[in-house]
Amino acid sequence: MSFEWSVIANNWKFLIVQGFLGFGAFGGGTLRLAIPAIVLGFILGVVIGLCRLAHRPWIHYPAVVYVEFFRGVPLVMVIFWFWFLIPQITGQRLPEYTVALTAFVVFEAAYLGEIVRAGIQSVPRGQIEAATAGGLSYGHTMLHVVLPQAIRNMIPSLVTQFIVLFKDTSLASIIGMMDLTKAAQTVSQREIRPFEMFLFIAVVYWICTYSMSCFSQWLEVKMSPERAPSKRAALRQAAETAVA
Amino acid sequence: MPLTVFLGMQYDFQWSVLWTGGRGEWLIQGIWTTLRLSALSWLFASFLGILAGALRTVPFAPLRALAAFYVEFFRNVPLLVWLFFWYFGAPQMLPRAAQDWLNVHGPEFWSAVVGLSVYHGARMSEVIRAGIQSIPKTLLEASIATGLSVGQAYRLIIIPVALRLIIPPATNESLNLLKNSSLALTIGVAELTFMSRQIETYTAKAFEALTAGTLIYLAMCLGIAFFMGQVERYFRIPGLIVRVGRAEH
Repeated sequence: MSFEWSVIANNWKFLIVQGFLGFGAFGGGTLRLAIPAIVLGFILGVVIGLCRLAHRPWIHYPAVVYVEFFRGVPLVMVIFWFWFLIPQITGQRLPEYTVALTAFVVFEAAYLGEIVRAGIQSVPRGQIEAATAGGLSYGHTMLHVVLPQAIRNMIPSLVTQFIVLFKDTSLASIIGMMDLTKAAQTVSQREIRPFEMFLFIAVVYWICTYSMSCFSQWLEVKMSPERAPSKRAALRQAAETAVA
Repeated sequence: MPLTVFLGMQYDFQWSVLWTGGRGEWLIQGIWTTLRLSALSWLFASFLGILAGALRTVPFAPLRALAAFYVEFFRNVPLLVWLFFWYFGAPQMLPRAAQDWLNVHGPEFWSAVVGLSVYHGARMSEVIRAGIQSIPKTLLEASIATGLSVGQAYRLIIIPVALRLIIPPATNESLNLLKNSSLALTIGVAELTFMSRQIETYTAKAFEALTAGTLIYLAMCLGIAFFMGQVERYFRIPGLIVRVGRAEH
């Protein structure tokens, strides 16, 4: 069995510009799907997470059902549901891109909502009590005391989930959206070079997800000076202690 | 059957399509394939996970690097890409005899098993590593200080604690494997999602077919989660509160 890696160079434009970035006649695109899906999914996730923390039962329980439902069903199923439901509701067939985006936002919001909830709950109650005792209103307490600490605690899980979402965009190819996976499938069928093609896109996906995970580690260290102090900060602290 | 107004559209519900014309058997076959695929992959993935986790702690650097490469490369690439790779790409690398064996025994199913095992093995090893790392070093030191040998300390203290810490995230990861087995439909494995799609194709009753598939997945996932929750509660160590890594899927 011989390899022919030139198949990548020959189809470079179709794979990267059309499949990965989403510029071309077919629409779609892995990045063009992943970025709005992450942003919109996070916004809906914050709403779901806050609803789950609400005390009123008619806000709390629908959020619980939403989260538990979507966490118990495979994403493929959810994509098929939207593939079938959207034409039923709107009365017309929408592009695969719109269907995939809707399915991702709705599905991932359940997972992101849980992360937001855990992040807010990770802030000790004493912080809220102290802020209230200090005379801050509920809104100010949330904005200046709870959320900054909650977001810092959320970052590792949040970025992990974004990586998962990025990988999940490959499922849009199942309903025929032209993303990186679909582009590789198309090329591999035409050129009969599946080994080279799928290994190549595995590397492309890996570069994206691995750099996201490195960025998350960097951010985690940067945002929590008390957990991983830089050398200079440690020295300064030592100096201050010595002076005191 | 009466036409019902459904989301503003007229929709003719026919729930009987799920059990007439031998389609009940399709669903049961689908459930069976999903369970068989998930169970086999789970076994291999656990083995690979423990192996990779152990290799990452050995003193020999090349082995550590190999294990790290395996974990970081395989878990950071979409499972769908791996399934296509193992189904379309990898078999041509095999020797003739192995290819023949595969063609006789169903290349779809075994490619799916390999894809799921290798992908989830990498993820499982991270779960195991996180569990072991969350045990403080002082626990081992304290065990030895009370007069246990290192072997005894591991057998009686460290491993029982580690197993309990790992139960919740490992359950979560196993459920992910079960849900991810639905991707095998893309390479033609006749599992549950495949079968509900097939019912839809034959009867044009998408709502009923998708509802059946969705409810079966929900029942399996919630059932396993409930059972493992009971196990976790039964083996819980009083005073040790652990709830880690529940959100990721």
